[in-house]
Amino acid sequence: MAGFDHGPNEPEEQENSETISRNTRLGLKLFTVYLALYGGFVFLNTFSPAKMEVVVFAGLNLAIVYGFTLIIAAFVLALIYGWSCRNDVSSDSSNNEGASQ
Amino acid sequence: MIYEPSLMAVLIFGGIVAITLGLSFWLGAKAKSAKGYFAAGGGIHWFVNGVAFAGDYLSAASFLGICGMIAFYGYDGFLYSIGYLAGWIVALFVIAEPLKRMGRFTFADALDSKFQSRGIKLAAAISTLVVSIFYLIPQMVGAGALITPLLGFPHYVGVLMVGTIVILIVVTAGMVSTTYVQFLKGSLLVIFSTVLTVLILQRGLSTDPVNNGKPTHQFQIIGPTASDNIEHWKSELKLNDNDSLIPLDQGAWAKKDFLQLTRDDKISYWKVTESPEKQYFLSETQYKQKNTNGSIIINGLPQGTGEGKTDLYPVGRISKLPDDETETGPLGVTEFLSKIRESELILWGSDTIKEKDGTVITIYFPKPTTGEKVLSPGNHPKFAGIRSDEMWGKLNFLSLMLALFCGTASLPHILIRYYTVKDQASARKSTIVGIGTIGYFYILTLFMGLGAMTSGALDVTNTNMAAPLLAKSIGDWLFAVISAIAFTTVLGTVSGLIIASSGAVVHDLMSSFMKIEMNDFAKVRIAKIASVVVGVIAIILGILFENFNVNYLVGWAFSVAASANLPALVMLLFWPKTTKQGITVAIFTGMVSSLTWILLSADSYKGIYGLDPKTAIVPFSQPGLVTIPLGFLTLIVVSLLTQPKSTEIKS
Repeated sequence: MAGFDHGPNEPEEQENSETISRNTRLGLKLFTVYLALYGGFVFLNTFSPAKMEVVVFAGLNLAIVYGFTLIIAAFVLALIYGWSCRNDVSSDSSNNEGASQ
Repeated sequence: MIYEPSLMAVLIFGGIVAITLGLSFWLGAKAKSAKGYFAAGGGIHWFVNGVAFAGDYLSAASFLGICGMIAFYGYDGFLYSIGYLAGWIVALFVIAEPLKRMGRFTFADALDSKFQSRGIKLAAAISTLVVSIFYLIPQMVGAGALITPLLGFPHYVGVLMVGTIVILIVVTAGMVSTTYVQFLKGSLLVIFSTVLTVLILQRGLSTDPVNNGKPTHQFQIIGPTASDNIEHWKSELKLNDNDSLIPLDQGAWAKKDFLQLTRDDKISYWKVTESPEKQYFLSETQYKQKNTNGSIIINGLPQGTGEGKTDLYPVGRISKLPDDETETGPLGVTEFLSKIRESELILWGSDTIKEKDGTVITIYFPKPTTGEKVLSPGNHPKFAGIRSDEMWGKLNFLSLMLALFCGTASLPHILIRYYTVKDQASARKSTIVGIGTIGYFYILTLFMGLGAMTSGALDVTNTNMAAPLLAKSIGDWLFAVISAIAFTTVLGTVSGLIIASSGAVVHDLMSSFMKIEMNDFAKVRIAKIASVVVGVIAIILGILFENFNVNYLVGWAFSVAASANLPALVMLLFWPKTTKQGITVAIFTGMVSSLTWILLSADSYKGIYGLDPKTAIVPFSQPGLVTIPLGFLTLIVVSLLTQPKSTEIKS
């Protein structure tokens, strides 16, 4: 019966606290950006749904354009996050590997 | 509706399900240890893991519920897509990394590692159980929606079948949704949704859609005229002396604007509608009448497929294309959306009338709707509030969007795959691939939903079947493949949830909280008993909730998860003053308040108890807006009241 039991993961990676706090701050910053985008979308839908019918370009209305933007923005922000964190961690983990060899 | 099974479809379906199940068992057997299951030895490639994220997350609800909601109500269904994806941002940016740094798999583990409190174990176990069961309901309802058009069985048979199969699997072997199985399912779902979308664009739009080789029934809409005059309608309908047309305004029929037409001894109902320009229309409807002796009448004839019997017509079409075209031919991506915006489409409304003698008549009537409205929010009756000035409707909408945003990170099973890769960098890359895959799929849901809306294949009685029926309107093979993928997704999700909840019962409730000493044999036996009990509960609820859109049910699961778990999770990670009492009380408060709110809401009154929704106690149906802040507030207040003395903090 696999799956009924679980315990701690692999030993934790060694990350220095500076990297951790920088990543956390970056994460919260990007989160705020997305929160503003998503919040804007939700409030626009709630309090002035008629605006969502306005055509923006190529015969697409604001509802479609904003909706697609939110989906693409999630991906782009995740890319930015992964890319900015990666530099730190890759140098970090290569140090670790060097130390362990 | 009654469905004729096709042998080829059943064979393809059976083949794919058998292969996936076989693979699950084979790979599952190789990963028997707990660490093998959860962490897969830390050796999964980040790309595989990322697509597996999608395989985990894109459950039956995502596929069936969203497509169905878009097919019946347009843009409103897409709001769920946006909300579900936005939840990943919370999970990635705020929750996942600190949690992984603690070296814990789930939120219950993380809470436990910090506090070792029996109260927290109890709270976490109960909340896991409740959220799992809430999340099981839509999966079971979805299973029924898949089986009905494929094998022709009624809904409850589908639910029973899936329930029984899953209970058998869990009790005999324990199916493990390994990363590779989820990778396979995630990829297949996305690939075949892409195929479906391409075929929809190739087919283009038509005012007379062909449904798997058959033309669609065109419902008559008479009008516009300047007044609602019965003699005028009679002449338009070309009635002779033996026919009759009577306005219905007595008892349950009052203010519903139906006319009863009797022609050739066959009864039909016609609906009078008034446009904003004070023009009147008379529309042909279809109806399902359930007599007290259990027999079912459709449009004046007994339901069935033989001579002298009939069934509800499949529906869903464009009534007017721009420039009076009747067919567009193949369309591009933006062209498809802009054509729909300029068209007029037929959406469907329904009215249920309970006669005094116990007969129940459900009338389905066409609602011509402009493409502009279809592609903007507020068509769904539950979202209609945002187009009015009424505050409660707007708050209901805000509440739902908040719950979707906060729910993903709070689901017990979703972040587990964050731990199956070797380091943080790979975990982040996986999440990016996951968000990309899920986001891409959600963009496709809009096209699949609108494709179903215009396919002429919809079952007017059930929104959940829209996606499989759309595939069926294109071809049996596509229908079989897509149903098989969705079905194995249901099996995987259901068995995973049942294992998680029986695990919560055995580990957290019995062994940790009640301190019952058990050997491994006894643990496994109790886990199996718990699995059967949870499975049976899921089957019963799945049958009860047949006519709810699965997506709406997932919205509830997200609300309960976010209210109970999110405050504890966020504060544990970011507020050093959090105490174990604060967390325990917050979990219970969030869970109980959101459950109570849902059970007292207008939707439950209408859908579960059959009471007048206007008498519901709470002012709007979605609890999140009230209960999530309530959870945070409770946690902060209780934590501040139970601060340990400074010496205890140091120890």
